[in-house]
Amino acid sequence: MVIDTVRCVGCMDCVVACKTENNVPEGFNRDWIAYDVQGEFPTLQMEIRSERCNHCDAPPCVYCCPTGASHVHDVGGVVLVDYDKCIGCKACVASCPYGARFINPEGYAEKCTFCIHRVEEGLDPACVSVCPTHCMHFGDLDDPNSEVSTLLASRRHHTLMPEAGTKPRIFYLT
Amino acid sequence: MQELTITRHNEMIDPLLHIWGWEIPVYLFLGGLVAGIMIISGYFVLQHRYRHTVFTTFYLPYIALALLSGGMFALFLDLEHKIYFWRLYTTFEWTSPMSWGSWILLIIYPALWVNTLIRIPEPFKGKIPLFDRLSALLHQHPVLIRNIGVLNMVLGVALGMYTGVLLSSFGARPLWNSAMLWALFLVSGLSAAAAFVHLITTDVYEREMLAKADNAFLTLELFVFGGFITGLLTSTKVHIDAVRLLLDGPYAPVFWVFVIGLGILVPLAIQLFAVNHKIRHTAIAPILVLLGGLTLRFVIVYAGQYSTWA
Repeated sequence: MVIDTVRCVGCMDCVVACKTENNVPEGFNRDWIAYDVQGEFPTLQMEIRSERCNHCDAPPCVYCCPTGASHVHDVGGVVLVDYDKCIGCKACVASCPYGARFINPEGYAEKCTFCIHRVEEGLDPACVSVCPTHCMHFGDLDDPNSEVSTLLASRRHHTLMPEAGTKPRIFYLT
Repeated sequence: MQELTITRHNEMIDPLLHIWGWEIPVYLFLGGLVAGIMIISGYFVLQHRYRHTVFTTFYLPYIALALLSGGMFALFLDLEHKIYFWRLYTTFEWTSPMSWGSWILLIIYPALWVNTLIRIPEPFKGKIPLFDRLSALLHQHPVLIRNIGVLNMVLGVALGMYTGVLLSSFGARPLWNSAMLWALFLVSGLSAAAAFVHLITTDVYEREMLAKADNAFLTLELFVFGGFITGLLTSTKVHIDAVRLLLDGPYAPVFWVFVIGLGILVPLAIQLFAVNHKIRHTAIAPILVLLGGLTLRFVIVYAGQYSTWA
């Protein structure tokens, strides 16, 4: 996934769409908005980001899961949780430097799934499909001709906390 | 200047991670204590103490079984999806220290059970004939008894190490990112076990020996603490910030007073006087060591959750 921080206005449509599409319990969020202000007055710079699970290439949540409930899906390397295998030990929550996971009131770990049920039908994730500024782009990073690959090849970008060594796969255009 | 504001507020995660309460520190403490007891018990078996002593070899495996069950019950209480706990034993995930630990714990039960068969205490003799026959069989083959001692020591080391490795494998929590954590928890477990046996034994030889051993473990623990703190202080900024939670941050009073002071230095001083026959052995020093070990787990688990890369 590629997110254009220049276009994002922090309207939270993506947050609402996710909660609606995935029936996220009240009081919890699978995605959220971050307002990152840097610099010294008067030369301040603000980046607005729509954040969620980074579906890392080196996912610590998958590595630490004792039951195999957290796993990498066959389609696109999406990191998912098998709710019937999750024992609610919270190791994955502790292992995620992004705080992307939470414990559902029913007792299992929950997080962004990239709306895999929609993606497998050829649709975009709910957050991407509702974004009014079209700041979010979803596609195949392994395909050099895909929209996301083209954007990454042509624009400056960064990931979140690359120093944590998780190889996050959500890229923010700046 | 950097100011980060997020709209998220997920329970147990925001504003600070607090997913593990009292259950995990208690589990880690009891796990470490059992590990130490297994090592001490195994050592006594190898030293043929079971032929002489009335306490350690007889009752320690039973006590360890009870403590381990208490620890596992605390772990069970911590699970949020309790009815699925059996899923731990339908797979082995080699990248997950928690999976290793759950299987190690499962192996420890039979290891402790066979340890109890070396000498069945008088009140239990004749209750279960099969156990009496197995015990007699062991004494016909002393090599089996030696192997039980070695097995208990090896599994004790594995369990003691595991309690530290479990935390240090979480890269997202800088305070736990230390290769010294397994050594710290293993030595602390040994120290707590030595203090525990010192506290309850009636045998003078065992008490003297374990008080001396505990002094060695407490001294070693100070060196391991030195390595743990130095390693983090000479690492990246997030690691320095993390260890300063203990050194001069919000956890410093508990860390310096209850873990280092009352948990290590004071009992070390008392026991040094006691083993040199300047003062009598009392329950004060071992109780302080046990409380210090428990507090150590609480401080490390809580401060570790407080530490973050952000």
